[in-house]
Amino acid sequence: MKRFNKVMSLVMVSAMAASLFVGCGNADAPADNAAPEANNEAAAPEAAEAENGDAASGTFKIGGIGPTTGSAAVYGLAVQNAAQLAVDEINAAGGINGVSIEFKFEDDECDAEKSVNAYNTLKDWGMQMLMGTVTSGCSVAVAEKTSADNMFQLTPSGSSVDCVKYDNAFRVCFSDPNQGAASAQYIGDNSVASTVAVIYDSSDIYSSGIYEKFVSEAANQPFEIVSAEAFTADNKTDFSVQLQKAKDAGAELVFLPIYYTEASLILSQASTMGYEPIFFGCDGLDGILNVENFDTSLAEGVMLLTPFAADAEDELTQKFVTAYKEKFGDTPNQFAADAYDAIYAIKAAGEKAGITPDMDMSAMCEAMKPAMTEITLDGLTGVGMTWDASGEPNKAPKAVKITDGVYTAM
Amino acid sequence: MKKLRMTKTAKNNFVTYFIVLIAYIVVQMLLKTGHMSSLMEGLLVPLCIYVMLAISLNLTVGILGELSLGHAGFMCVGAFSGAFFSKCMDGAMPNGIRFLVALLIGAAVAGIFGILIGIPVLRLKGDYLAIVTLAFGEIIKNLVNVLYIGKDNNGFHFSMKDSISLHLGEEGQVIVNGAQGITGTPHDAGFTVGILLIFLSLFIILNLINSRDGRAIMSIRDNRIAAESTGINITKYKLMAFSISAAIAGVAGVLYAHNLSTLTALPKNFGYNMSIMILVFVVLGGIGNIRGSIISAVILTLLPELLRGLSDYRMLIYAIVLIAMMLFNWSPKAIEWKDKIKEKYFSKVSFRKEKEVK
Repeated sequence: MKRFNKVMSLVMVSAMAASLFVGCGNADAPADNAAPEANNEAAAPEAAEAENGDAASGTFKIGGIGPTTGSAAVYGLAVQNAAQLAVDEINAAGGINGVSIEFKFEDDECDAEKSVNAYNTLKDWGMQMLMGTVTSGCSVAVAEKTSADNMFQLTPSGSSVDCVKYDNAFRVCFSDPNQGAASAQYIGDNSVASTVAVIYDSSDIYSSGIYEKFVSEAANQPFEIVSAEAFTADNKTDFSVQLQKAKDAGAELVFLPIYYTEASLILSQASTMGYEPIFFGCDGLDGILNVENFDTSLAEGVMLLTPFAADAEDELTQKFVTAYKEKFGDTPNQFAADAYDAIYAIKAAGEKAGITPDMDMSAMCEAMKPAMTEITLDGLTGVGMTWDASGEPNKAPKAVKITDGVYTAM
Repeated sequence: MKKLRMTKTAKNNFVTYFIVLIAYIVVQMLLKTGHMSSLMEGLLVPLCIYVMLAISLNLTVGILGELSLGHAGFMCVGAFSGAFFSKCMDGAMPNGIRFLVALLIGAAVAGIFGILIGIPVLRLKGDYLAIVTLAFGEIIKNLVNVLYIGKDNNGFHFSMKDSISLHLGEEGQVIVNGAQGITGTPHDAGFTVGILLIFLSLFIILNLINSRDGRAIMSIRDNRIAAESTGINITKYKLMAFSISAAIAGVAGVLYAHNLSTLTALPKNFGYNMSIMILVFVVLGGIGNIRGSIISAVILTLLPELLRGLSDYRMLIYAIVLIAMMLFNWSPKAIEWKDKIKEKYFSKVSFRKEKEVK
């Protein structure tokens, strides 16, 4: 038995060591195998790129990180698809400074720890710039790493304040506090209502972030918050208590800084109760008209502040929505629009900075940082978007109202 | 030659330490020579964390013989208390000392929670205990999610509602921000620290198992009535094992909190998913087998990352590999087959040895 222990320990030590070696050796191999598989719907130039994957010097390698599995997968997949769409378009049109882009997206399961792993995987692949991550919590964790490596990072939808606290990180979406303050100002400036109730998700960073800023900004506005009720991710099917409180407090407007799935439930439950206030939301409400089995007539009169509406009439949106639907069979949401803009922002900044693929990531980041603040982008989520050194975008929020089952600008 | 003679258990323990040491040396060599990929480098600290969690849960499941499904809850308590301390004391203390104190605080707070939860829970047995620990794990996670703590010139402010009701002064800083957790914890965790902590936990657990107290704990597992009738204080020993296990999980939590700059209590990292994940490490490695826990924790943490090349299929493959490994390790037929192979191999070895002796 003693001998057996010796033998076993030897085997295990070598197995552990081997697994480490395997880990290093394989780091590059699966990346190359995965590229054609992950991008199997990619257009011809991209596929050609993936095949001669070793031509690293000839392409810009942009990585993306987001949840493509798990409960937040819908956001990650939207970003992955839209970014791929943008990359294909740019490549077909000649790339950045005449150099084509290679794009690779890694799953983080909406977990900060997995996100850092995904980042390291992409680094092994040779990523030069990061378009990610999709969710706020992961973005904060990854920003720590990109800042240490001095890698250029542009998050499409990481909205919490800390996502862009380092100078190498920028974002496309509004920050949570921005949305909260903008909503409060909009309600106050346009005298939409004098008594307001809030229903928010206290377990969600996005929702509680908006809520807090909304409340503090509301103090400067001519309306009063009469009720503020929270729910959590574990308990988000029955909202009758929160609605009853809002009704009893006599709120004329219910502010919903939440995602559309819960909002659709709130709308139908309010209608059952016979409570008909004005509903007001943020960009999370975008998509409410596409909820399955939801009577869209209930959403009539809902107002939301969103940078993007899939039914907008302008040419760019129309083109994007048609291309996206054709390729992925789905209507894009605002995450997709943010990602699409993110890739084009990288392109614009890259052309401004005159980056070349042979630059290392730190040099590229140094060139991109000032260029990012100099560009003006007409994108899906805003016309004339600019960035300042803090990483925040400057763009006007669009308020839309749902009338006759479509979003109409106000 | 008396000095060199070791008992079987001592030898066995020595092998366990030796494996960890070898792994450390190999990794250090790879790091120094630059052969380590960024992915592997980033995984080193999480590996240490999961190894510690696995060996600490093995103390409850394997040695005490009670199925606990709330282990991630203790990790959560440790992580938040440690990160809270570090966030408050950042800059006020030298980094090394601050991290050490944070580790101690994490261990102490998780240990206290272990005792508090253990008192009611350990009156139950088997499935009932498993379910109640699961519930406590969830309670801890949910409590942390509604906890708001801020600091200003007047001291600390607490709230269970939102950060506005903290009524912080001008200079105030929200430290624990409900569902948003703690952000900006200093990055103190490193591989060397992780390995040292693994050594420490191994030292504590292996020595406990082989001590008088450890034998008392195992006697409770093997036959509670017999143990009680020989005068063993069941409550005391159960609590001892449970709280030590919780304290080590707390230390792992502190390490976790100081590895990532964002700490949020999500179902993913501190919910029952994680508790069950740790239990899977323990079951795969062998219940009561500390060395097995280490190895299975390492393999199962690496596996999903090494399978990244398979894109979204990796979750499916991971599950299939898990089933295959469980069958290989624990199905009676597989054990029979392994025994046969072992016999064949060993008879050859001993035969050869005999020849050599001649």
